[in-house]
Amino acid sequence: MYKSDRITQWVSHTILLLLSIGSIIPFIILVSSSFTDEATILKDGYSFFPKEFSFAAYDYLLNNSGSILRAYGITVFVTLFGTILSLTITSLLAYALSRRDLPYRNTFAFIVFFTLLFNGGMVPTYLVYTEIFDIKNTIWALIIPGLLMNGFNVLLMRTFFITSIPEPVIESARIDGAGEFRTFFSIILPLSLPILATIGLLQTITYWNDWFNGLIYLTEPSLFSIQNILNRMLADIQFLASNNLGGNAAEAASQIPSTGVRMAIAVIGVLPILIAYPFFQKYLVKGIAIGAVKG
Amino acid sequence: MSEITMKTADTDVQSVPAKKINKRMVKFSRYFPLFIMLVPGLIYLLINNYLPMFGLVIAFKDINYAKGIFASDWIGFKNFEYLFKTKDAFIITRNTILYNGGFIILHTVIAIGVAIMLNEIKNKLMKSFYQSVILLPFLISMVIVSYLGFAFLSVDIGYLNKTLLPMLGLEEIQWYFEAKFWPYILTFIHIWKSVGFFCVIYLAAIIGIDKEFYEASTLDGASKMQQIWYITIPSIMPVIIMMTLLAIGRIFYSDFGLFYQVPMNSGAIYDTTNVIDTYVYRGLMQLGDIGMSAAAGLYQSIVGFVLVLISNYIVRRKNKENALF
Repeated sequence: MYKSDRITQWVSHTILLLLSIGSIIPFIILVSSSFTDEATILKDGYSFFPKEFSFAAYDYLLNNSGSILRAYGITVFVTLFGTILSLTITSLLAYALSRRDLPYRNTFAFIVFFTLLFNGGMVPTYLVYTEIFDIKNTIWALIIPGLLMNGFNVLLMRTFFITSIPEPVIESARIDGAGEFRTFFSIILPLSLPILATIGLLQTITYWNDWFNGLIYLTEPSLFSIQNILNRMLADIQFLASNNLGGNAAEAASQIPSTGVRMAIAVIGVLPILIAYPFFQKYLVKGIAIGAVKG
Repeated sequence: MSEITMKTADTDVQSVPAKKINKRMVKFSRYFPLFIMLVPGLIYLLINNYLPMFGLVIAFKDINYAKGIFASDWIGFKNFEYLFKTKDAFIITRNTILYNGGFIILHTVIAIGVAIMLNEIKNKLMKSFYQSVILLPFLISMVIVSYLGFAFLSVDIGYLNKTLLPMLGLEEIQWYFEAKFWPYILTFIHIWKSVGFFCVIYLAAIIGIDKEFYEASTLDGASKMQQIWYITIPSIMPVIIMMTLLAIGRIFYSDFGLFYQVPMNSGAIYDTTNVIDTYVYRGLMQLGDIGMSAAAGLYQSIVGFVLVLISNYIVRRKNKENALF
């Protein structure tokens, strides 16, 4: 029996180790390429170890950091502002819906719930945002459409409020003369940090990674987030050159270590997530598990 | 207010609603702050979800920008007739269903396998390490994934063409122009990116199984394989069924990023990479064929809706708690 147990351990460790290597190996090629000399990449292709080590790509980014820094700033702003706004409207709606005494509670809950079952899809959504709200080429395009709030998070948070906050807490706050908003901000929210952290984390990742809104609502490069820059550079390697330096784009482009720079931007695009990951890993796992149980 | 009401034969009848209205006013003012809390969220749903639902009617219009989109002429089912006459309609439906169907089967089987192995690992630190690393690709945006794909598949400088294939003595392959490879590539990437996510869910289910089952079966001399087959799998069956039915309910919707970004929008391979979502996008943003695009979108919304209802109906019959509604 002990022998079979040992075999199980060995087999599991071996397979999981291989899967783990498989999960990170593509990132190694990405990082390695960003440190490889341009001519070497063009000759030998991307590889796992830089044959000719070079900082040229990062040098270029540092010296021509204008549009990259700007895009980084936009990504950070959109992520922070979007997440905070999102948590605010999600928790307000979820809290009101969680109150057993709210009139027409079921009607409101159904309005939220129905959005999970049926949706208009890309074409009408695009037309509503561009024809009615004129969101094209504004910073709001990166924050509002599709991302700001979703019914699933509202229902998740509502379930938390219903199951984790005892009714007497709300009742006693009311008897003590606290208004609804006061109760919400100074009693309910502090008691709800776990769910706020979970949904906040999911929203942060969603905003950081989003490229879709920029793809369909932005044509103006000065509003591009880092993901949008990357998206454009994959299709058009000259994109950065033509937008950064203006003027003689072709000449400028020939001096740029483009293939390496692309990879370097991709590296700085994922780096914050990779660095922060060990710290939020636990909450993410918890968040996914709660979501599945509910969903 | 009812105190003041004059008691004539007529007003006696009226005083009842007056009381009701009064009560309603009190109730309304008491709940007014809660209604205010509902407002931002509901306005967002109105704009982001409900207006587009009504906007679906444009599928029945002959879109004319000069007249204004919502004022264009009605043309009945013409857009749908055009759509279903093309061979695209068949291709995108086939691709969407086959890809998503394949994804559901593969990621479920693999994720359960990985979750069972993770559960066997006794070293807590290693267990958490494996799980974190396998979940990592889930956190990366599809744009980054398409860079990773490009690093391997690029025709001129990709790792496969420049290093791996020459090593094996094989010819270079024009990856972004050969449709036949893409079902494997896209399936592989989907699994790579999402197995960690499903694994978390199944591991949570496995951890919830009562340990006594295993202890009792060990005393009876059951092998590890028998335990997995007769205890673990049946115990997590409700979760497997629920996750699968939910996925089937969404089988008409694809991961747009996977099918648009990773093949780098290469026209030569549309045959195996075009799905309903990418078709709708290209019609809207690249070809300017809004009518057709809207028709495909409505087709997706309606079939998607029906599938969600059916799958939920089945979940509900199996286990009411797990049903969405």
